[in-house]
Amino acid sequence: MTDTTSNVELSDDTFRRHRLAGYLIAAVGIAALAVAPFLGIYPIFLMKLLCFALFACSFNLMLGYVGLLSFGHAAFFGMAAYVAGHAVKVWGIGTVFGIAAGTLTAGVMGLVFGAIAIRQKGIYFAMITLALAQMVFFFCLQAPFTHGEDGIQGIPRGTVFGLVDLRDTLTMYYFVAVIFAAGFFVLYRTVHSPFGQALKGIRENEPRMISLGYPVALLKVLAFTMSATITGLAGATKAIVFQSATLTDVNWHMSGEVVLMTLIGGMGTILGPVVGAGIVIALQNYLSTIGSWVTVVMGAIFVICVLTFRRGIVGEILAWMRR
Amino acid sequence: MQEILGVPAPLLFGQLLIGLINGSFYALLSLGLAVIFGVLNVINFAHGALYMMGAFVAWLLLHHLGIGYWPSLIVAPLIVGVFGIVIERTMLSRLYDLDHLYGLLLTFGLALIIEGTFINFYGVSGQPYAPPEILTGGHNLGFMFLPTYRAWVIVASLLVCLGTWLLVERTRLGAYLRAAVENRELVRAFGINVPLMMTLTYGFAVALAAFAGVLAAPVYTVSPIMGQHLIIVVFAIVVIGGLGSILGSILTGLGIGVVEGLTKTFYPEASSTVVFVIMAIVLILRPNGLFGRPRE
Repeated sequence: MTDTTSNVELSDDTFRRHRLAGYLIAAVGIAALAVAPFLGIYPIFLMKLLCFALFACSFNLMLGYVGLLSFGHAAFFGMAAYVAGHAVKVWGIGTVFGIAAGTLTAGVMGLVFGAIAIRQKGIYFAMITLALAQMVFFFCLQAPFTHGEDGIQGIPRGTVFGLVDLRDTLTMYYFVAVIFAAGFFVLYRTVHSPFGQALKGIRENEPRMISLGYPVALLKVLAFTMSATITGLAGATKAIVFQSATLTDVNWHMSGEVVLMTLIGGMGTILGPVVGAGIVIALQNYLSTIGSWVTVVMGAIFVICVLTFRRGIVGEILAWMRR
Repeated sequence: MQEILGVPAPLLFGQLLIGLINGSFYALLSLGLAVIFGVLNVINFAHGALYMMGAFVAWLLLHHLGIGYWPSLIVAPLIVGVFGIVIERTMLSRLYDLDHLYGLLLTFGLALIIEGTFINFYGVSGQPYAPPEILTGGHNLGFMFLPTYRAWVIVASLLVCLGTWLLVERTRLGAYLRAAVENRELVRAFGINVPLMMTLTYGFAVALAAFAGVLAAPVYTVSPIMGQHLIIVVFAIVVIGGLGSILGSILTGLGIGVVEGLTKTFYPEASSTVVFVIMAIVLILRPNGLFGRPRE
């Protein structure tokens, strides 16, 4: 596969400056992750934020980079949470293997769903992913191991290979931070690889990519599988953090929430979903006193985003910087 | 007692009837979605919320103004239709030049706002709405008992579906609509006010959803979440039928209702997933849906 990255057009100097800026942002990001619990922010809130940020980033791989709106990502998120919870609690296979099992399940589901849904584009794709996810929802409602409306409760946090005890909240936080950083790094590398550039090419002009000889359908299925896998990683981790897996995780409202996070932060930007997740989770946290008005607020933000700033916060900042 | 395939006949026919009723609502809703999509190129995610709104407006009219079922059947769709027109004029019309995804996202946001607002005032438990006296009771058909109201729902929705189909396929107005789907600019050049036509189309399709809501009010309880699960099934039906034809959405809607009813009789566990399984199979065999044409 030939490298069609846009970096080719950049001069060496700009390229070096971009890379420097990248290292700088990475360093700041890692430092922020490391000190965050000491800034007086509630660690559970931070862990929730990281899980959803990873979820939104992996979702954005499809929406932002391939231009396909999946409205069914909650299926991967929730199912991975159930599998991880069940594996750790009932089979007792250890936290890390539990998370791996959840992630793997989501990956296989992503491959199957992707192969079915990828034959359609745009809104049809959105509706099909939504319908497939709803099938998973009803499965989770009825399957015995998910315990229906109750969900799986009291999942033990356990240890990392018997070495690191995750019952300690701060340790748990760093465990989640490492998972987030790893997932984010994989997504970052993917987006900036020839594979990622080919995905962007599909977003911009699919017929052209086909005539150039790219296996477009295969690339899309691969991207979808990958997006589902990392979504599963986020869901499985969330199940361990909150020690529960419930129908909320797999409901289509969850799919809507992750769309909102990506939209508000900026689709097609690498940091946008993180910012968007931060805003949505913070709003839900601090607005919890107003009860179900939160739904109305979320809806209003959706409408405002679509009508006025479609590029999202990070997208608008980037556009402003380029000017 | 007679048995068919090991199932008591009254039970089988009872489930078939429920299937036909659900199918009537599916048909009305997917028909509205098909019309909106055809003319405006928008997938109306708020359709389920607007259906719920229709039922709620009927309930509110009865409780606060004493307006009964029959006037509500006309008035509630009118009110919700005007609401739809306001939405189209102030928001949706700004998005036509953009990617279709934005229409879907906007209407999703609207659905959250509408449903959230009703949940705040009325909770999720639901309110009862009695059918009009003339439609209470039922008939014994010998092999099963047919409640009058349910028979009315099927007849009314079939009539409305047929009327809409005739309107779009057999009138001059319908011809303009279909022409505008093919080439908006050309129709405009003939001196037809296309934006007005789009606004009225949205209003009409939204009124259809509200009409379905009023019909549904005495069958199900009137609750803010009554449209939520329904809309996903309707989306699946739209995919199965293919958005090519109005007739397709009507037939698929009814058909899926019946299939669901049958599944409930023979294998209840699968009744809520069967529509999605059918969707997956249809997509694998016929990517454009059963009645759809190849599309971009």
